[in-house]
Amino acid sequence: MIDISNKTEEDFLILTLGGEVDASSSIHLDKALGKAIEQNHKKILVDCNNLNYISSAGLGVFMSYIEDFQSQNINLVLFGLSDKVKNVFEILGLDQLLKISKNLEEAKSLC
Amino acid sequence: MLSNKHIVRISVTIAVISWLFLLILDLFILFEVSNNMNVGFHREASAFLLGLFFVALFLFYKIRIEKAESINFIDLLWRVFVTGLLATIVSFTIRFFYFILGSSNLAENTYLINFFYHINLGLISAFIISTLIVWKRLILYQKTKKLIILWQIFEYALLFSILLNFFGIEILGELAYNIIFFLLILLGIILSVNLKWVAYLNFKQKWKSILLIILVILYLIYFFINLRTYSADYGPVIITDLLDNLFVRALFGFILTYCIFSLLVILFNLPTSSVFEQKFEDVINFQRLSQSIQTGKNEEQVLEILLDSSASAVLAGAGWIEIFKHNKENKYLKTDNLSIKAIRRITEAIRKSKIKNLLETEIYSIGNVSKMTSSIKDSKFKSALLVPLIVQKKQIGIMALLKDVNEGFNKEIIDIIRTFANQACISIENFRLLGEAIENERYKEELKIARKVQQSLLPSDLISNTCFEISGFSVSADEVGGDYYDTYQLSDHKFVLVIGDVSGKGTSAAFNMSQMKGVFYSLVQLDLSSKEFLIHANNALSRCLEKTSFITLSIYIVNTRERTIEFSRAGHCPTLYYSGENGTSSFMENKGLGLGILRNDNYKNYVEVNQINYSTGDIMMLYTDGITEARNELNEEFGYQKLKEFLDEHATQDPKLIQENLLETLYKFVGGKSRYDDYSALIIRFK
Repeated sequence: MIDISNKTEEDFLILTLGGEVDASSSIHLDKALGKAIEQNHKKILVDCNNLNYISSAGLGVFMSYIEDFQSQNINLVLFGLSDKVKNVFEILGLDQLLKISKNLEEAKSLC
Repeated sequence: MLSNKHIVRISVTIAVISWLFLLILDLFILFEVSNNMNVGFHREASAFLLGLFFVALFLFYKIRIEKAESINFIDLLWRVFVTGLLATIVSFTIRFFYFILGSSNLAENTYLINFFYHINLGLISAFIISTLIVWKRLILYQKTKKLIILWQIFEYALLFSILLNFFGIEILGELAYNIIFFLLILLGIILSVNLKWVAYLNFKQKWKSILLIILVILYLIYFFINLRTYSADYGPVIITDLLDNLFVRALFGFILTYCIFSLLVILFNLPTSSVFEQKFEDVINFQRLSQSIQTGKNEEQVLEILLDSSASAVLAGAGWIEIFKHNKENKYLKTDNLSIKAIRRITEAIRKSKIKNLLETEIYSIGNVSKMTSSIKDSKFKSALLVPLIVQKKQIGIMALLKDVNEGFNKEIIDIIRTFANQACISIENFRLLGEAIENERYKEELKIARKVQQSLLPSDLISNTCFEISGFSVSADEVGGDYYDTYQLSDHKFVLVIGDVSGKGTSAAFNMSQMKGVFYSLVQLDLSSKEFLIHANNALSRCLEKTSFITLSIYIVNTRERTIEFSRAGHCPTLYYSGENGTSSFMENKGLGLGILRNDNYKNYVEVNQINYSTGDIMMLYTDGITEARNELNEEFGYQKLKEFLDEHATQDPKLIQENLLETLYKFVGGKSRYDDYSALIIRFK
């Protein structure tokens, strides 16, 4: 199960993820990110404080937008990742392609 | 035993011969009588021939009519009618002949009179005997043992009456003759109350039957009068007078009785006939509905049958079924006399009636709907009945039936319609369940194929060498996993090991895995460095994988001559390495990025190549994240730490044993085998 909520702060769009992102729930994450890009948000922050688990399908969603982020000058920063979740990103090497920060303030400064 | 065909032939022959002999004999007797000669035994012989003629006819019709396949009542009555018609036509022809002769000498010729009388005799006998057999079939329709016995008594009594004729009325005496005649008629009357066949006639058939029976009565009366006229006009010269015959009289009486009984019963049944027919049709419609599923009808066809059946069951003037289509315009099935415009007009009228709630709210079960019918204010129709159609607790549509009279739907009719609707809905439900079951089965079959493909992609034999021992396994309990490992020997001292994980599950995982295997075998032969291998693999897979798919892979090139391991990691979980020298294990960490994630030339910037030297007793454990992410009942992961501890503890064992112990440890951790198991590992121990 996944909970996704979004809010805008200044010119940031903050997506808050909660629960687990697995093969079935990754569809919702895909929709949320797709919508954010469609709405022309250039600064997207993903709050992972309540994210317990992400599967390879979930990582696949982030991965599939990397080119869009680069070509459309979109800054996406993940923050508040638990060690476990962060490790998953790191092992795959996604931490080299996505910006990951500790907290919201740091995430904003990275944008 | 003689076959029916033979009996028919023999009986026809006997009938014809006996009739001919009877004619000749009677003419001879007439000659004797008119010349005052002694008649002698000739009269008895004549009676015998007549009896033989009757029996032969009886046998003939018994087989022709009784054994006939057709049990159509109208057909049976039609046979009687045709036989009678034939006899009548011939009889009229004879009369016409006499009319032409006028009062000439020839007309008064007693031989000719007798000849024509015999023709009448033959045809009338054929008519009454064939009618007797038809009546038998009608009476014995839905027979009981008692009824059959009674009929047999009647038949034997008739046979007896034929025998009695030998003695002639003179010998028997008038009283005995009358008593026997009365008894026969009484038996006939008792049998005549069996008129069950009438109930199975529809309205049209009843009218036909009435017409045919009236004609039969007319024939009987005509024949009787005809015979009487002969007796009255030429009494003394008629040698064999049919009307003297007990058998013939009894048959006349019986046939007439049954005719009258049938006629009355059919007449009285006429008004209720439509009700019976309706019930019968209801039953047939019900059967049609319940069979529609087996005959491969689709949902819409089932609903069409429902509408047809319902409209005819209630004698409704018109009706329609509205099928709810989500996100699309609703579809209407309607009777021919309604237009879509009329439906809209009537719908509006229903919206103003007291059953409007049936149109406005979704109904989940018919049970809690007490009111389904109401009068409506419409130019053409006065009352409406609404029946919600519910399949799997969801309303799929609504049926509306209309009548041009007020309160046109009584409780009984509503019950029938509800039963129809229920049956149709059950058919549709079965239809859907069947579809789902097939779909499910197909999905399972697909998974089975995917599993087979996946299993076949894993190597059955691993490389072997004197410098190391190796063991590998892959377990996926239910779903198709995407784990992949393989080995390749480049030269006598150079070996390649890979382990990988394809994202996704099921068929797509198996498909991606086969691509990975293809890429592996193409590139590994080029003897590339581990980094070059990954760059090329990324390049190739970037063009094959779908947008959200990627593959993690670790590659190890073992050189047994230089005792080195060169390795690169493409996003795969870090390999565990046990150093025999240190007596502890650690994860081989280095930079890397999964294959297919970055689909351009920049990929090379994200992979490293590392090299280590190995020593005797070192163990390398390649695994997939299924192992580290295995969860126990408390939802805790097995994790890296436990894996490290496990290897430290079992480092002295050979790879095969380590493998067995690893699986045992995992099962113990997760609490038995489960359908989420998805473990793969490749364990190599250097000598």
